[in-house]
Amino acid sequence: MNHLTEEQFVLYYYGEGDGSPAVRAHLDACEACRAEYAGLQRVLNVVDLAPVPERDASYGEQVWNRLQPSLRWDRRPGLPWLKLSWWPAAAVVSTLMVAAFLAGRYYPKAPSATQTASAGQVRERILLDAVGDHLERSQAVLLEVVNAQPGHPLDVASERERAGDLVAENRLYRQTAARTGDTRVASVLDDLEPVLLEIAHGPDLLTPEEVENLRQRIEGDGILFKVRIAGSTVRRHEEKAAPAEHSAGQSKL
Amino acid sequence: MELSDSVAVAQARAGDSGAFRVLVERHSRNLFRLAYRMTGHQQDAEDVVQETFLRAYRQLAKFDDRASFGTWLYRIAANCSLDLIRARKRRGAQTEATPEEGAPDPMQSLPDPAPAPDRLALSGDVERQVTAVLDGLSEMERTAFVLRHYEGMCIDDIGRTLGVQPNAAKHSIFRAVQKLRRALEPLVSSAS
Repeated sequence: MNHLTEEQFVLYYYGEGDGSPAVRAHLDACEACRAEYAGLQRVLNVVDLAPVPERDASYGEQVWNRLQPSLRWDRRPGLPWLKLSWWPAAAVVSTLMVAAFLAGRYYPKAPSATQTASAGQVRERILLDAVGDHLERSQAVLLEVVNAQPGHPLDVASERERAGDLVAENRLYRQTAARTGDTRVASVLDDLEPVLLEIAHGPDLLTPEEVENLRQRIEGDGILFKVRIAGSTVRRHEEKAAPAEHSAGQSKL
Repeated sequence: MELSDSVAVAQARAGDSGAFRVLVERHSRNLFRLAYRMTGHQQDAEDVVQETFLRAYRQLAKFDDRASFGTWLYRIAANCSLDLIRARKRRGAQTEATPEEGAPDPMQSLPDPAPAPDRLALSGDVERQVTAVLDGLSEMERTAFVLRHYEGMCIDDIGRTLGVQPNAAKHSIFRAVQKLRRALEPLVSSAS
């Protein structure tokens, strides 16, 4: 009598394949295979018990609240979109934040120990906010390319201008992240910079081939995804830093 | 009356944010579970859930009405998880999965310790070993195994989700099971 193969055991365990009655009949008749199958069941049952952190009933609402600002409903979903209304204000706020951060960093006064800790935390929050904002604006530029209609040229005049501004900021934040030991954010900014440079130094009107090449580069290297993840990470750090602003202690970028 | 997925999708396509919200609230927890199984990290799983809905929103016009919206979301989430795992590997930042700060001890979340063999078998060693073996699987093996074992997806659907032939998906599952068995059987046997 031929014994069952491991593959047959696995398919039987998962109820796949069309040989289940035959496998069942064999298991009934063959003690060796029954023992072998019981071993497989024990292992897979244990794997099955590995727990997953629970999310409560309000989790969906929390996801929606985080998601909502990134969606735009005055255009139909699934069509190219870009959220422009916040752009000028965001740029001004970001610049002010960077200025405030640099002013605090390079022109310190002589504060007490408590004031130093507090000022450090405020500077950190300003930086986190600015980096989060920078990542969001970079994301908007990348999205414009990724969401372009295939086979059509794309006017990126305004994105070029923005990318030019973002390159300078990107360098500053990348160096700061590297200096503060936040290699994850530094690495994302490092990946982002060549793409921003390419857009900034490219033509105002991209041919369909240029759009496709750029899109493949952005999506192939997962740059857009990494930028999103880094952005949400920075925002979380920022949220954590906020309540701790008046207490001692420091956290990383 | 509760909106069905297909009606909610149609309304969301027409620009109804409330309908999309229904879909987000309905599927978030399942997606989190899938993403956690695939990535092994809570925060990564949160990011995957977020990214999945963003991609779904952007691609809503491409969704085929005849398909299941949940399966479509699963496919997006599986791909997002793979993207994240690949990015993590590229950065060389894949670290040993350890319980995250503030996370409940997974052992504490198990049911009350009735002396069932499976419960006894899930010692700390087994728990660590499961995590280590899952982490050591290839992307394809891990994804195929998670979709089959934890999510109950059939092999044909797994193949479609991963963009491979069903046979390739099946062999990925076999390899994953073999590796789990090799690593866990001695521990499970000694505990039971």
